[in-house]
Amino acid sequence: MTKYISSSINHCILLMGLIIMIVPVWIIFASSTHTSLFINTNGLQFFLGDNFIENYSRVLFKQSGFFNEITAFKMFFNSFVMATGIATLSVITSLMAAYGLVYFKIKYATIIFWLIFITLLVPLELRIMPSYIVMSKLNLVNTFAGLILPISASAIATFFFRQFYKSIPDELLEAAKLDGTSSWRFFIDFLVPLSKTMIAVVFIFMFVFGYNQYLWPLIMTTSEQYWTVVMGLKTMYGSISDRFAFVIMSMIPPVVIIIFLQKLFIQGIFQNK
Amino acid sequence: MKKVQFKSSYSQYIFLAPQLLILLIFLYWPIIQTFRDAFTIQDAFGFGSYFAGFDNFLFVFSDPSYYTAFKFTIIYSFVITLITGSIGLLLAVQANKVLHGKNVYKTLLIWPYAIAPAVVGVMANYFFSERYGLLHHLFNNLWGFNWYEDVFDAYIYVIIAGSWKQISANFIFFLAGLQAIQKTVIEASIIDCKSNIRRFWTITFPLLMPTTFFLIIINITYAFFDTFGIIDTTTIGAPGSETKTLVYKAYIDGFKGLDLGSAGAQSILMMIIVLIITIFQFRYIEGKIHYN
Repeated sequence: MTKYISSSINHCILLMGLIIMIVPVWIIFASSTHTSLFINTNGLQFFLGDNFIENYSRVLFKQSGFFNEITAFKMFFNSFVMATGIATLSVITSLMAAYGLVYFKIKYATIIFWLIFITLLVPLELRIMPSYIVMSKLNLVNTFAGLILPISASAIATFFFRQFYKSIPDELLEAAKLDGTSSWRFFIDFLVPLSKTMIAVVFIFMFVFGYNQYLWPLIMTTSEQYWTVVMGLKTMYGSISDRFAFVIMSMIPPVVIIIFLQKLFIQGIFQNK
Repeated sequence: MKKVQFKSSYSQYIFLAPQLLILLIFLYWPIIQTFRDAFTIQDAFGFGSYFAGFDNFLFVFSDPSYYTAFKFTIIYSFVITLITGSIGLLLAVQANKVLHGKNVYKTLLIWPYAIAPAVVGVMANYFFSERYGLLHHLFNNLWGFNWYEDVFDAYIYVIIAGSWKQISANFIFFLAGLQAIQKTVIEASIIDCKSNIRRFWTITFPLLMPTTFFLIIINITYAFFDTFGIIDTTTIGAPGSETKTLVYKAYIDGFKGLDLGSAGAQSILMMIIVLIITIFQFRYIEGKIHYN
């Protein structure tokens, strides 16, 4: 009997947690399926309305009215290009750099090591203004390169890969060396296939990280053609139900990733430790 | 480092080059620029600048709004850490206990972790707007809520907005920490101590210490940096500038106020804070707490 009571208390507390995490988003979602007129007179809604398809397709494809020159669809496209670019570039450069650090005898290894890892102490938020000045000197304002490069200038992924390589047994390299494998072959034929899961983890993590960037795109894009979803939220206008619909759409990509690739994503968070 | 390594005269540098190149251009160049800004003063028309020593730092230290931002950032970090840590721990303990539906709870509790702070801020905006806001109405009925004039109310606004998604992060890590505790330890403690609550505080919680300290660091870093998107989409520092974090203030001073010297000095002060937190993390947390 006491067991039964205590387990119901557990479930009650968990349900309260679920309410806190789910209800706010649900209310915005439910409200996004009503007309703006209805919202304006009746406030936020808890139950679904009938305007789901109408509202969402209007936001996705209507060019003017919501923003001046850009559709939400184009903003999603920009966000995906930016996030994919950041994830791809980080994975490739970090995979290579970690290989160079772990598997080679390097002169000044300590200096190079610190040169790479001390950058973890300087998040983008701390160098935002000078970064902008550098980007405008390089003529990269309002380009995808400008959105991608400074965010992928990060040693986090290198840190993951370095830890991972260190856990691979030395025997693998010994055997490869006996066979006379070159460093390039070893990297491409052995290490990259071995790191598959790790690459997926880092890629997903960096993708969500890139997609969720707010401040950098806000500063780097003066042309609406390069606006991304998350930064666009602040500047959007249009009717209230359109705005609700856009907020809901903006969270779908990262949330879908975390729900379907939960295991990999959590692994990614733990690597971040 | 590996015992067996490749010896090559140039290959290693080819592997290192792409990352080093990107870091040099897009990280070191701006950092050097930050230091240059911090130690120079530009004249008001942008025609010239001169070496100013520590003048920019002295200016920052003599600016009362810097202390306001400092105070807010400390309070904000502390309250967010406390709220999200305790709710996260409470939920993790329950989720670890239940026999049925563990995975469903887990999935449904962790997904807000992936939402961008700016998106959370925009959502919070609706709940605290005078027109639609459910929370605005609720608090208004309770004590006359008015966040754009009352500092305490503004604090409540940004604290709720800032805490929400961070509960998920705390939940994930505490749950992982709980699952890592060996079953035998728990079974043995059940024999020794009948009270659930006492057992938790004397056995389980001390074993969670590494997770707790790690989360404190994570939450502080979150409150310092990641809440930028939340502040910028909710109060924008209102009522006056009482809800500006240090990062937000540096951004406003540099980007909106075009005071590069002051923004640079503030950035360097933040770097020092990050450095102290990192050293603390390595010295005390990694060193003193043992996992088993």
